[in-house]
Amino acid sequence: MTSSMPVPAARAGSAAPTRLPTQRDGSGGRPRVRRGRRANLWTTAVLGIVVAVLAYAPFAVYTSITDDLVTLFILVTMASMWNLLAGYAGLVSIGQQAYIGLGAYAVLQFSDWGVQPYVGVIVAAAACAVIAVPTSLLAFRLRGDYFAVGTWVIAEVYHLLVERDASLGGGSGRSLTTLSGIDASVREALTYWIALGVTVLTVAGCYLLLRSRLGLALTAIRDDETAARSVGVSVSLAKRLVYLVSAAGCGAAGGLLIVSSLNVQPDAIFSVQWSAYMIFIVIIGGLGYMEGPILGAIVFFALQQSLSSYGVWYLVLIGAIAMASVLWLPRGLWGAVAARTDVRLFPVGYVVHTPTLRQRVAGRIAPAPTPAIAPATAPDDAGEPGDASGPDADRSTA
Amino acid sequence: MTLLELDGLTVRHGQLAAVTGVSLAVREGETLAIIGANGAGKTTLLRSIAGVLRSSSGLIRYDGEDVTRMPTHRRVAAGIALVPEGRRLFPSLTVAENLATGTYRKRPGPWSMDRIFAIFPWMADRRQQSAATLSGGEQQAVAIGRALASNPRLLLLDELSLGLAPIVVRGLYTTLPQILAEGTTVLLVEQDVSQALRVAVRCVACAAGTRCSTVDRPT
Amino acid sequence: MTWVNAIVQGILLGGLYALFACGLSLMFGVMRIVNLAHGDLAVLAAFLAYSVMSATPLGAFWAVVVVVPVFAAFGYGLQRGLFQRSLAISPLSTLLVTFGLSVVIQNLLLQIYSADTRALDIGSLVSEGLRINANISLSYLALITFGLAIVVIVALQVFLSRSRTGRIMRAASDDQEAATLVGADSRHVYAVATAIAFATVALAGLMFAMRSSFDPSMGPSRLIFAFEAVVIGGLGSLWGTLLGGMVLGLAQTLGAQLDPTLLLLSGHIIFLAVLAFRPQGLIPARRLA
Repeated sequence: MTSSMPVPAARAGSAAPTRLPTQRDGSGGRPRVRRGRRANLWTTAVLGIVVAVLAYAPFAVYTSITDDLVTLFILVTMASMWNLLAGYAGLVSIGQQAYIGLGAYAVLQFSDWGVQPYVGVIVAAAACAVIAVPTSLLAFRLRGDYFAVGTWVIAEVYHLLVERDASLGGGSGRSLTTLSGIDASVREALTYWIALGVTVLTVAGCYLLLRSRLGLALTAIRDDETAARSVGVSVSLAKRLVYLVSAAGCGAAGGLLIVSSLNVQPDAIFSVQWSAYMIFIVIIGGLGYMEGPILGAIVFFALQQSLSSYGVWYLVLIGAIAMASVLWLPRGLWGAVAARTDVRLFPVGYVVHTPTLRQRVAGRIAPAPTPAIAPATAPDDAGEPGDASGPDADRSTA
Repeated sequence: MTLLELDGLTVRHGQLAAVTGVSLAVREGETLAIIGANGAGKTTLLRSIAGVLRSSSGLIRYDGEDVTRMPTHRRVAAGIALVPEGRRLFPSLTVAENLATGTYRKRPGPWSMDRIFAIFPWMADRRQQSAATLSGGEQQAVAIGRALASNPRLLLLDELSLGLAPIVVRGLYTTLPQILAEGTTVLLVEQDVSQALRVAVRCVACAAGTRCSTVDRPT
Repeated sequence: MTWVNAIVQGILLGGLYALFACGLSLMFGVMRIVNLAHGDLAVLAAFLAYSVMSATPLGAFWAVVVVVPVFAAFGYGLQRGLFQRSLAISPLSTLLVTFGLSVVIQNLLLQIYSADTRALDIGSLVSEGLRINANISLSYLALITFGLAIVVIVALQVFLSRSRTGRIMRAASDDQEAATLVGADSRHVYAVATAIAFATVALAGLMFAMRSSFDPSMGPSRLIFAFEAVVIGGLGSLWGTLLGGMVLGLAQTLGAQLDPTLLLLSGHIIFLAVLAFRPQGLIPARRLA
């Protein structure tokens, strides 16, 4: 190894003269910031195939399986909404069951007014977002843990108010009858597709939201609210928007519940049990990761199915698992995976590529210890052939 | 006799070693000042002597006993008291209550409330005042009083002058001889070198976590 | 005249709610923990007393004497074993852990005792009282509960402001590390606070179980009442908690007087009104929360 570093100007024929100072091993090059990696194209393709397979399911499997899948989809939707609220906006709510209940009853009410229930699911989601606006004015008066209990109280209020309406069934609930004209298996298939559609929309919506400016603002808020405010992020607006989106998602989930079970009971639909499910799923799956709710829902669902013969023990066990998770696996199952590997099904962050690592890989020099930065993908970075020859040229003269 | 002995002490903040292999000895009754620039690891050193920070390697021997793994509250009971950087008074408590918390692990000794009020006369009249409304210099005085209330053998003073006007700092340091008169050993960290040299007989200069040299006060 | 009775009953009910609330208030004041299992712990205490009374010849009074210290010990252990760990992880962790605990306790009780309602037998005391006039009667049990609430709150206030442990508890809640520097073992101090909180919630649960029947699912509603009492009264003030309890009790009984189905809703509406127009509560604490 020569003692002197090659001066950029001496390398005739190399690329743009404005370059960052050379690195320690004599390489050059600008770091690049990108949304994802080449590998993500594969994961997107895989996800697309999974959705297509799921969409085909009603033609291929028994309704008992599609019914189970509908439950799973509803859990994924709810958990994604809770994860958005708590994992990204930092708002821990134990009151999202308010919107689940309101969504279900909205479908019921709209169906009384002649709206087709399947369409009503979407309308209910919108209605819940509207109701969430004044609700947020009250709820946001409280902070932190008190906000959590406050949302629960608000859910109870909606519960009690809805129960007073005799036309909606009062305390004992009512059935949804406007779908009874449709053949059972067709209805179940339609319900399945609507559920799958809502879930895909919800997850895709979260993904797009988190990749948008709002998502960036949320990440800033999550890290340091004061610092975020000082760079011009409207913290209160961001949180409120997320609260509205979450309300809409839970409203859709509630609509799906009534459409799949064809009846609604106020104690059940407004029960804090839904929040328990959401919270446990996200804790176990991974808070603050988009993949967390999906993984958590699958695990939760599997547990629920396999322990169903043991009565309420499964809830005791899940509660205990969730507690253990908080203490010993605070980033959840997906967090443990994400920390060790580079896998991201939904890349919502930014990745920095530095040519230095590419050269290290190309030159078979010991790789850098930072696992978060992946080797740069070849095509776009191939335009600087001069870099690769630099250190090798030095080395050859040593 | 040696009251405090550090032997090859290394303290890390995560990956960064703030203090590397420091060894020093403090004799009973003496005043040792540790001086050095910001980031030299002086506060880290003091905090690890007090027990707030865990050392990753090395020994801390106090009164002949190895206290390296001893938790903070037990060290206070043994007679080590730290006046922390930034005062750290309890804002919801009054002056008197703050001083009284110092007696939580009281040892026998000369520092009663009356003795503390004798050094800081203004405190006696303002004992019901909320600690949050005191000025910086007053807070520092109460913090010193709080540490004294436990009758320590070894008093650790961390950056007394931090954020205070020079005249206030000078006023605080004039009380130091009265504290030393009781035989308390004092280990102080100070960025204001001239002030440190005025009170300490021996100075240890730190740079980036490693002791560089001992400076004896020129007589 | 039954309106006057409603007012009287509401105030007395406030005593019970204040008793529920002070444990919640204490844990939040000292450690910033909102214990979502708070109500379920009260129900657990009631079931424990029920079992003690069924298995032994002990009466309700002695069951209280047994259960309250047991719960204090339970609180001490839970703080050192569980909450200590979750506090070190993140601010959110303890909330989630207490939520998990709430679900575990509820379902364990359901599994062990089934969903049937139970009641603690206190003989004829449950229906006896002072008859003031034709419309107003003060039940002895309600009076005792109210008296206990006052005693507990006074005792807590004195403990926190005058005693050595109380003072160090307030210090530790201000600055945990500085409290360690004056020689406090903060793990022990926090555990004492939790022990006291658990003792008060056990007492509240038992007094509640003496006046009405209970079942495993009643925990969450007790938590909500305690929470509303704390918020209405003002975070950080024990006397505020008593006042908040009374306001809540009054709201409920007066609402019920209008229409029995409005009992719960009127309490919630007063809570929301306080939230909307005076979010710091009726007696805001002097210090910064």
